[in-house]
Amino acid sequence: MDIKGKNITMHDMSLRDGMHSVAHQFTIEQMVALATALDAAKIPLIEVTHGDGLGGSSVNYGFGLHTDEEYLRAVIGAVKQAKISALLLPGIGTVEDLKMARDCGVSTIRVATHCTEADVSEQHISSAVEMGLDTVGFLMMSHMLAAEKIVEQAQLMVSYGANCIYMTDSAGYMLPDEVREKISLLRDRLPADVELGFHGHHNLAMGVANSITAVEAGANRIDGSVAGFGAGAGNTPLEVFAAVADRMGADLGGVDLDKLVDAAEDVALPLMGQPTRISRDALTLGYAGVYSSFLLHAKRAEAKHGIPSRDILVELGRRKTVGGQEDMIEDVALEMLRARG
Amino acid sequence: MSKIACALIGSGNIGTDLMYKLERSEILQPVWMVGIDPDSDGLARARDHGMKTTHEGVDGLLEHIEADGIKIAFDATSAYVHAENSRKLVEKGVKVIDLTPAAIGPYCVPPVNLPDHLVAGEENLNMVTCGGQATIPMVYAVSRVQAVEYGEIIATISSKSAGPGTRKNIDEFTETTSGAIVRTGGADKGKAIIILNPAEPPLMMRDTVHCLTREAPDIDAITQSVLDMEKAVQQYVPGYRIKEGPIFDGNRVSIFLEVKGRGDYLPDYAGNLDIMTAAAAMTAEQFAQSMLMN
Repeated sequence: MDIKGKNITMHDMSLRDGMHSVAHQFTIEQMVALATALDAAKIPLIEVTHGDGLGGSSVNYGFGLHTDEEYLRAVIGAVKQAKISALLLPGIGTVEDLKMARDCGVSTIRVATHCTEADVSEQHISSAVEMGLDTVGFLMMSHMLAAEKIVEQAQLMVSYGANCIYMTDSAGYMLPDEVREKISLLRDRLPADVELGFHGHHNLAMGVANSITAVEAGANRIDGSVAGFGAGAGNTPLEVFAAVADRMGADLGGVDLDKLVDAAEDVALPLMGQPTRISRDALTLGYAGVYSSFLLHAKRAEAKHGIPSRDILVELGRRKTVGGQEDMIEDVALEMLRARG
Repeated sequence: MSKIACALIGSGNIGTDLMYKLERSEILQPVWMVGIDPDSDGLARARDHGMKTTHEGVDGLLEHIEADGIKIAFDATSAYVHAENSRKLVEKGVKVIDLTPAAIGPYCVPPVNLPDHLVAGEENLNMVTCGGQATIPMVYAVSRVQAVEYGEIIATISSKSAGPGTRKNIDEFTETTSGAIVRTGGADKGKAIIILNPAEPPLMMRDTVHCLTREAPDIDAITQSVLDMEKAVQQYVPGYRIKEGPIFDGNRVSIFLEVKGRGDYLPDYAGNLDIMTAAAAMTAEQFAQSMLMN
């Protein structure tokens, strides 16, 4: 693989996808500490939102310790060079939430839909564009749709005004060949000034390999989290990706690898309840193609109803559940409990 | 028995499904269907069913209102155009039942507040949203027993049953539904979430209701109230059922619902369509009754 000289914008997910790792319970101080360390390492873009995006604080996904606005204001006030992004899932968050994030000073809005449902993002993408924000269309669970169809959905988001399209491997299911096929086709079909990004999960330990492949195939924005933060087995481990991309001669735009590794080890790791590993459940997510955020909810259902979390996750995969359907987890557990008498 | 003449504004999924519901009514007569696309499937079906049609929007209908005796109009267009449609229709003395999330009139969820609206006799009633019709009866079933601090609903519908209007109006869905959780459901705060799922075969409409009660929940009274409400909704949506629950966890009361449609326009997975159109038809029938009596 050759990514020598390619420009890569690294986008940190520890304070958004990483919210799943701590059940959305970061304190403001913890968030600011990690954001400050990432900022010092010259990470250019950091996402700060509830794990399920703006407005995600709920019974269904878990209430945040603080509001999105409190987190955003604290982090934006603390960083020096890094820009801050927010995630929004239409159906959960609204344009009102988007305006709040803009007022807090975010530079980037990422509008996420299931990979087949791009047309629900029109309101939000066009509003973000009107506000002059860097606007990203984020196609979740991209493993569930063929490359040609992914392109059609991406084209819809571009037609609403998105200047960057992400292929999002929410289940950590993809293997490098699939990443290459889909990113290459997107690069081929979308206008050259539309950036491409890849968001990985490390459930099958392919986060780094997939991200490098994505860069080779034409992506220039890469998501990851430090120290294993992120739903499931975490996102692409950002410090590891940076080390690999650096050795391969990519241009990381001045990211300080030593400081990034220190941020992971000294600041992020102590915030984790339990160090991330590719557990049986995380592996199941990746193998069965299930939304990574379901993991901790399935664990809780196991504790409450005595149905093994792996069985619940496999059943959710069989039913082709999509991101956001956390309410199915207890429903499925109760149904399985009944079936088992 | 004489019938009250009705017009259907909007020839998409909801308007077309509503046509089938009205055809079964003993006191409502669907006379006009209004669209904007001359080639729409809904208008073609309406013509096949002997209705008058126009593809010139609500303006194409206005001059016929008096001659055809239209008393009730259902607006199933979009939140963006509803206010203007409603103004024109109300001016002509037509009662408007709003199936968009525009919500310029008061919310109507039949088993909760239809009798109040019959007394008040508003010109424009809003049917909230499909997710609202499925879940707000349950929020109310809890709040009529004891105070609910927070009500949250998650509506999951099949991608195939969500037309372009719904997709463009997704914020209006969440905002209108959460407003109605408070104002009609009786919770202090409301949150609504909608998920589209593209699985094949399409999944049945599913709804989850979570209520956080202020004091410890009275399990027996809430369970009874929720089961009674299930029966009340089944009166007009036979495929409405509690799949699981009510489940109690501390102050949280959770109810998992499934809504199977009658398969009128779209197949039975589209319970979201059914519960909306059935609620609107039932509301119109009650008003028609009082019109016929006067």
